[in-house]
Parts: sequence; structure tokens; C-alpha cells
Amino acid sequence: MRRIKKRVLLESQKLLSKVNFLNIGKLTIKEAADALQNKEISVIELTEKFFDRIDNIDDKINAYVSICRKQALADAAEAQALINEGGGGIMTGIPMAVKDNICTETIETTCASKMLGNFKPPYTATAIEKLRNDGAVLLGKANLDEFAMGSSTENSYIKNTRNPWDVNRVPGGSSGGSAAAVASGQALFALGSDTGGSIRQPAAFCGIVGLKPTYGTVSRYGLVAFASSLDQIGPLTKTVEDSAIVLNSISGKDPKDATSIDSGIADYTEGIKRGVKGMKIGIPRQYLSGEIAVGVRNKIEAAIDSYEKMGAVCEETSLDLADYAIAAYYIISSAEASSNLARYDGVKYGFRSSNYKNLLDLYKNTRSEGFGAEVKRRIMLGTYVLSSGYYDAYYKKALQIRTLIKNEFDGLFKKYNCILGPTTPTTAYKIGEKTDNPLEMYLGDVFTVSVNIAGIPAISIPCGNDESGLPVGMQLIGSAFSEKTLFQAAYAYEREHPFAIAPEVQA
Amino acid sequence: MKISFETVEYVAGLARLNLSEKEKEMMVVSMSGILEYMDKLNSLDTEGVKPLEHVEPMSNVFRKDVVAESFDRDSILANAPDKEEGAFRVPKIVE
Repeated sequence: MRRIKKRVLLESQKLLSKVNFLNIGKLTIKEAADALQNKEISVIELTEKFFDRIDNIDDKINAYVSICRKQALADAAEAQALINEGGGGIMTGIPMAVKDNICTETIETTCASKMLGNFKPPYTATAIEKLRNDGAVLLGKANLDEFAMGSSTENSYIKNTRNPWDVNRVPGGSSGGSAAAVASGQALFALGSDTGGSIRQPAAFCGIVGLKPTYGTVSRYGLVAFASSLDQIGPLTKTVEDSAIVLNSISGKDPKDATSIDSGIADYTEGIKRGVKGMKIGIPRQYLSGEIAVGVRNKIEAAIDSYEKMGAVCEETSLDLADYAIAAYYIISSAEASSNLARYDGVKYGFRSSNYKNLLDLYKNTRSEGFGAEVKRRIMLGTYVLSSGYYDAYYKKALQIRTLIKNEFDGLFKKYNCILGPTTPTTAYKIGEKTDNPLEMYLGDVFTVSVNIAGIPAISIPCGNDESGLPVGMQLIGSAFSEKTLFQAAYAYEREHPFAIAPEVQA
Repeated sequence: MKISFETVEYVAGLARLNLSEKEKEMMVVSMSGILEYMDKLNSLDTEGVKPLEHVEPMSNVFRKDVVAESFDRDSILANAPDKEEGAFRVPKIVE
């Protein structure tokens, strides 16, 4: 009898500590902010819990490329002082991860490239500045495909990040470190960047929420440029409401980014719970046919049924140009990348080859030794499509098709509040499975790139798991500055189907 | 469109990249595959369609012409691979 009692006690203690451990993994911004404001936990305790978790499990996941413990604890103390004075807001004391292509003053910003291995920017990106002004605590910088070029984070010069749902699989990319950090409970949220799907696709692979805001909503100041007309910073979170909360903090016009726009939206969480009754949702038939995995298709079809049950009007429609988006995207993005990456010449900052006799040598050897294979391929492609004799056939043609794609979306949004489909044609694949065939890797971006081409917003949310237990992502696409509609539609689905979190990573 | 070894060499020169023979051969294969895929755009008639460089309907964005603080020299030079007397140092470019 006594022995049994003792065992029960031990079990319950074990359970208690396990629950405590799991709670960090499950915690949302909303819940953490409530706990901090109610003094159930201090900011320093919360920050330390996250560092403990990073110490325990990140060698299995490899989400982070650097950790800023000292600065984070100083920021945490400051945030706690604010709370003690009765101040602070929803972001005060919230621990975050930031993709390592977003600049942080005096903290290394590597872009996961040898080229920027030791680069410590002299300034901080506006999006991070805004979050820190609101009290968020930066835990560390997250891994990515080199210069955000890739869809699996396997192009990182530093390391491979692993998917928390199955460590033998990729987390997606290029914001793979950001997605894996949030999905494995190593940050309450993360910032990523999305040029052709780099927030939404890893969010889908890791079973979390990823938002690509309307072009111009978030300042790009301090985001290392890949393709300037397509790049946009956005949040990766566990819930839809958290996504809106982060967008509140990071959006707004910035004099340091001439393309940033004041959307006029004061609060993205407002109206989020209104439901979808009467909402018109278009489903392009191209998004459910062709090369799409059965497990993905089934879940998306179930989600469509669910929306109809909730009172939305779902209707099949057509995006005739969907099939041309990949080609247009890789021409435009590579062209812009070849121009943007011309700055890495070994003179002002970053890596310099030690092997040179004259200035031309210095340029060439620095770039050849500093860039990885995929970055070189994009620079080559971009240089080729912009070169004399091919400019009209490729670059100009792609920009004309960009006009047609934008027009086609404009037409659809006259009829529908939003467009629904899968985020990706498959769930997360095995590490190494697609590294030998770049074109095959590019084709995985088929549902995400047209959103960047048209400059419109889209959100990826989890909609169940396939037969292997891997998360499936559903994408909702809206017209420019319709983020509130997307949040409303996504929230309605999340309320009916609460998102599962990744299984606990064994420390 | 398939591209040749010579084209790869020419483009690498424009992009200021030194590629090894093996890298060039791999580039011929992967770029040819990608460019052939891109040729599907030719099946669309775009006669008279205006190219769209940028989605925002904005032209010039001006700020007030006033003096403002900028970065100090030391913080900009802090990341320089080589520097001397407050300037970036590069190999001699004039004889």
C-alpha cells in the first residue's frame, strides 16, 4: 500500500514536470502575455525556460544559428521592470526567434552564408526594432537557406535544420529555422521572410501558421535583399490570433523603406472572431489537380467541406495562369538576386578571399569562394536572363506574365473574399531527397510564388496530418490589404479544428 | 533553351564568378533544364501587354531635403575586410 502510494506520487511528480515542460511547447503569445501580466511567471523565468529548452533539444533540431543569451536576459529584466510598474503591452516579455537574414545591430547576421559569416550589422531592421520597442525579447537568430534561396534549409552553409515532426525530414525553407523553432517550442514566435513562399511553405511543413503580408505592409529596411520587388517579412506563430498580434507590431510605413505603405489598419485582431457565414471562397481547380499528394488533397477537400458547414460559400474557379507562375517567378527573382548580390565583392563588408593579385581577382575569388552552389546558380540564371539578347525573351516576357497573373487575381477577388488551396503539393520530404535536382525543388513552390508575383497576402494554416502523420498546410489568399479577412477565415477554421503541436522532441 | 559551355563561361564572367570545370559542366546541365522549363512561357501570347516591374502604383518617393544624422565612419568600417586611415583598402587599380 505504502509502496503504491509512493509510486503514484513519483508518477505525478514526473507528470507535473512533464506538463511544465510541454506547456512551454504549447504556449501561445496570448497565453504567455496573460501569465506575465498576472505575474504567474516573470519575464526572466520565461526567457530562461526557453533557453533551457534550447539547451535541451536544439542539438536535435538545429533551428538556431546563434543565441543572444546575455542581451535577452537584459531585455527580459527591462520588460519585467515595465510590467512591475503596471505598464507594457501584449508583446512585453515575449521571447522570439528571427531569421538570420534580418539585421540585428552588433549581433552576427550571416544569411547562412560563408559570405557574411562574421558580418555584424551597424543597424537593426525596422521590424525587429518595432518588436523590441513593444518589449519582445530576442532569443537568437534562426537558420535559413543561404540568402533565403531554397525550399528546405539544406542550402544553409552552417547546418541542416530538422523537422520537429520527423527529424529525418526537412523543415521546409527558406525560413526553416524560424518554423522549426516555433514548432518545437523554442520560441513563442519567429520572423521569417517570404520571397516565393519562404514563410508559408516551412509553416506548412512544420504544422504552424505563416503569414506573407501584402507587399509594403512591413518595412524591408534591414532585410538582406534577395528579390526586392517580392521580398516581405512576416510572422510564424502557433495560432492565427498570434499572427495578427505580431503583424500589429511589425506593420506600418517606414521612412527608411520607400516601398512601405500605411495600410490604415489599426488592429489586425479586430473582427477576427466574426466567422465565415456568407463568405465567398474560390477554389482554383488547378490547385487540386496535377501533381498533388493524395494525403494533401484529402485534407484540403475536408477543409472545404468544413468551411461550407460553417456557412461559407465555396465554389470551384480557375486560375489559368497558375501553371506559368513558377517559370515567371524564377526569372524575376533570379534577375533581381543577380543584381542585389552584386554588392558582395569583398570590399566593404563580409568575406574576402585571401587569393588575389588585382581587383578583378579579388571580386571573382571572393564571390566564388563565398557563395554556395544554389546562390551561384541563381546569380548565373539572373545574369543570363538579363543579358543582351535574352532580356526580351525571358525577363521582359516574365514581367508581362506578371501583369497577366495580377490581372487574373484582381478578377477573382471581384467574385471571392478569398482563394483556398494547399500551401504545398506534398508534406515534408526526407533530407537529401531533392538536393540533386534543383528544378524539382523549384516546382514545390507551385502554389506559393504567384502570391509574391501579385504582391498580395496569403496565410498558411495547419489542416490536419497526412497518412504518415506529417502536417498538411492550407493556404488562404486575399486581395491587397485584406489580411483581416484572411485572419477571420483562418481563425474560424482553427476554432473548429484546434491545431496539433509537434510531438515532444526527445532530449 | 539548352545553353552551351561557352555561354556558361561568358555569363560567369559577367557575374564575376570563377567556376571550376566541374562547376561549369554542372551549370550547363542544371541551367539548360531550368531554361527549357521556362520556355513554356513562350506558349502565351503577350503581344501588347505592359510589363509589371513592381506591384505598387507609386513613382518617386521624396523626403524633405534636410541634413540628418548618418552612420559614423567607424561603425561602417567595422566590417571591412581591410582598411587604412579611415578608408576601405583594395589592391592598386591604376598604374
